[in-house]
Amino acid sequence: MLSDRRPILLTNARILDPSRDLDIVGDLLMADGTIREVKRGISAAGVPEGAEVIDCRDRIVAPGLVDMRAFIGEPGAEYRETLASASHAAAAGGVTTIVCQPDTTPPIDDPAMVDFVQRRARDTAIVRVQPMAALTTGLKGEEMTEIGLLKAAGAVAFTDGARSITNARVMRRALTYARDFDALIAHHTEDPHLVGEGVMNESEFAARLGLMGVPTAAETIMLERDLRLVALAKARYHAASLTCAGSLDVLKRGKDTGLAITAAASINHLTLNELDVGSYRTFCKVSPPLRGEDDRRALVEALASGLIDVVMSDHDPQDVETKRLPFAEAEPGAIGIETMLSAALRLVHSGDVTLMALLKAMSTRPAEILGLPGGTLRAGSLADVIVIDLDVPWIVDRELLKSKCKNSPFDEARLQGRVTRTIVAGRTVYEYV
Amino acid sequence: MNIAPKPSFVLHQRHLLGIQGLSRDEIVGLLDLAEEFVEINRQVEKKRASLRGRTQINLFFEVSTRTQSSFELAGKRLGADVMNMSVGSSSIRKGETLMDTAITLNAMHPDILVVRHQSSGAVALLARKVDCCVVNAGDGSHEHPTQALLDALTIRRNKGRVERLVVAICGDIAHSRVARSNIILLNALDARVRVVAPSTLLPPGVERLGVEVCRDMREGLRDADIVMMLRLQRERMNGSFVPSEQEYFAYFGLDEKKLGYAKPDALVMHPGPMNRGVEINSTVADGARSLIREQVEMGVAVRMAVLEALSRKLPNA
Repeated sequence: MLSDRRPILLTNARILDPSRDLDIVGDLLMADGTIREVKRGISAAGVPEGAEVIDCRDRIVAPGLVDMRAFIGEPGAEYRETLASASHAAAAGGVTTIVCQPDTTPPIDDPAMVDFVQRRARDTAIVRVQPMAALTTGLKGEEMTEIGLLKAAGAVAFTDGARSITNARVMRRALTYARDFDALIAHHTEDPHLVGEGVMNESEFAARLGLMGVPTAAETIMLERDLRLVALAKARYHAASLTCAGSLDVLKRGKDTGLAITAAASINHLTLNELDVGSYRTFCKVSPPLRGEDDRRALVEALASGLIDVVMSDHDPQDVETKRLPFAEAEPGAIGIETMLSAALRLVHSGDVTLMALLKAMSTRPAEILGLPGGTLRAGSLADVIVIDLDVPWIVDRELLKSKCKNSPFDEARLQGRVTRTIVAGRTVYEYV
Repeated sequence: MNIAPKPSFVLHQRHLLGIQGLSRDEIVGLLDLAEEFVEINRQVEKKRASLRGRTQINLFFEVSTRTQSSFELAGKRLGADVMNMSVGSSSIRKGETLMDTAITLNAMHPDILVVRHQSSGAVALLARKVDCCVVNAGDGSHEHPTQALLDALTIRRNKGRVERLVVAICGDIAHSRVARSNIILLNALDARVRVVAPSTLLPPGVERLGVEVCRDMREGLRDADIVMMLRLQRERMNGSFVPSEQEYFAYFGLDEKKLGYAKPDALVMHPGPMNRGVEINSTVADGARSLIREQVEMGVAVRMAVLEALSRKLPNA
């Protein structure tokens, strides 16, 4: 990624670096694509020659966000989203690294495809893009992909995206093999047979709407199975999207026994619940489905305690052809990369999660888990930095969102706080005016 | 005796999408209006003029005989021009989406659209895109409001009231829009509602819908005033939700013996079409305590009442 030659000096900011629990008021200097210094009084000691000085009084400066799960239509569904359009949405949301999923057409299941995505991103995207590769060929859940070669080509983890691997033997072998390459396996934990015809959370509300439900057990059973296989294989494993209290219990038990496991929750499941489906709002149809309020509360607590490692957007663009349909017939998925941080700030403003914990789950932790640079403001690290105004009120207007698709469950939501500047490799790629 | 003229009854909303959202007064108002049409329908001259000049389109994405013909007759007796569109003959088969169909029909300026669709919520979705009033003739497993109204009218005419009656709804509750609409309506009129079914045919959370839940016909029919049977789709009987037709009939099919658990004057209902020998046997279905044919008669009257009430809210009414 090209870096701007001109150094940038952010001054008078409240600097939050979750990689070392740093919370100070001071200045941050970056040049040549890396962070040079973070401390009080850089500007007082003299502004480096030619530096662009940006006053960040009353603003937060933090590492750029690393979004660990985003579905992008390139290749195969460019009409829904391209790496370029997703990157503009990401930049406006403070995301400096998108981790894209392999559910494309064709899927990212061979090294040439990893290479293709990297090249397209380099040529067209304004933020970093890191692909996950398919865990099984064609995402069919049958034969494992070339984990070694894919990893060497740059795949940051292995997953079948929004699909679960139902065959336990396939999963066990993949985990066992992946361990030799220290490859991370990320898994969507949802038993498709238990999901069946289900389209929303199984509950009284689904019964009233006449919609078939998906029980939380569909997720918990798959997670429980996986963790037993992880114990056999001793592999690194990441639960891609957990949504309910039952799964959190299983996760806690697994972590307590020392398994190398981590887990993420989507912004949707942390801030919305099944009642948001309201009168069949298809923008609130996601997979796994939005759960009840008790499960949402449990998820928020798990984020606050660190049991949930990562918050991700689960960005999944769907257009009117797939969303303007009766609820059961509509595709699941919601865009979210641009609104993720602002929506999550609700949890900070309500006092449920500290800003430090939130930023850690959105930057430091995903970077650590994926072995990526970034997620830190230490001197010498990537100059991927965001500036946040915690207080500015705004109303989401889906027409103004930068994603090609407008399926935002936060449309018309009143949010407080947003990213005002996004810097990637020392260059400003987004500015809120 | 000083009889005040009856105030003209109107609904508060433009569409009838479900029983949910109707007030008790609106339900009773519709039933009272339907009573008048029952009498009219028994006369030689059945024709009325309240929908003269109006266009009613029956848009059925799911095949139906009785509901569609009932709506057709209701519209015609009120003087409307009625057009039927059903799946087999329309462009739905050619891949046109629900919304495009809605927009196309809307351009023809109908006054009333009667819609049935296999997906819950589809009728409400369509109603947002059209300018006319929309009547839900059944959407997925969600609601079938005119069925619940005609059931209530049938009950009221035979029992003189609905409140405090014990109504046992038996069969495939999980997939039934008839059950949902009836549960809401009967609760609104203070009946005691029970649902009786094997657990696989009960939607999770059903106990919070204002019903008693029974998994056994003896217990479920005890002291029942009304036994309402539901149709069980054939594809749900072959080991998916219940093991077989035979086993289902043995435990949940209505015969004279099981009807004996109910009150001696209990009456039997079924929204049709019946699977004789699966959820109900012929002796009971055709017996003296069966209201099944009367339900069909009430169906026309209730649909006339609904169309009439909605038409009073149409522009230039």
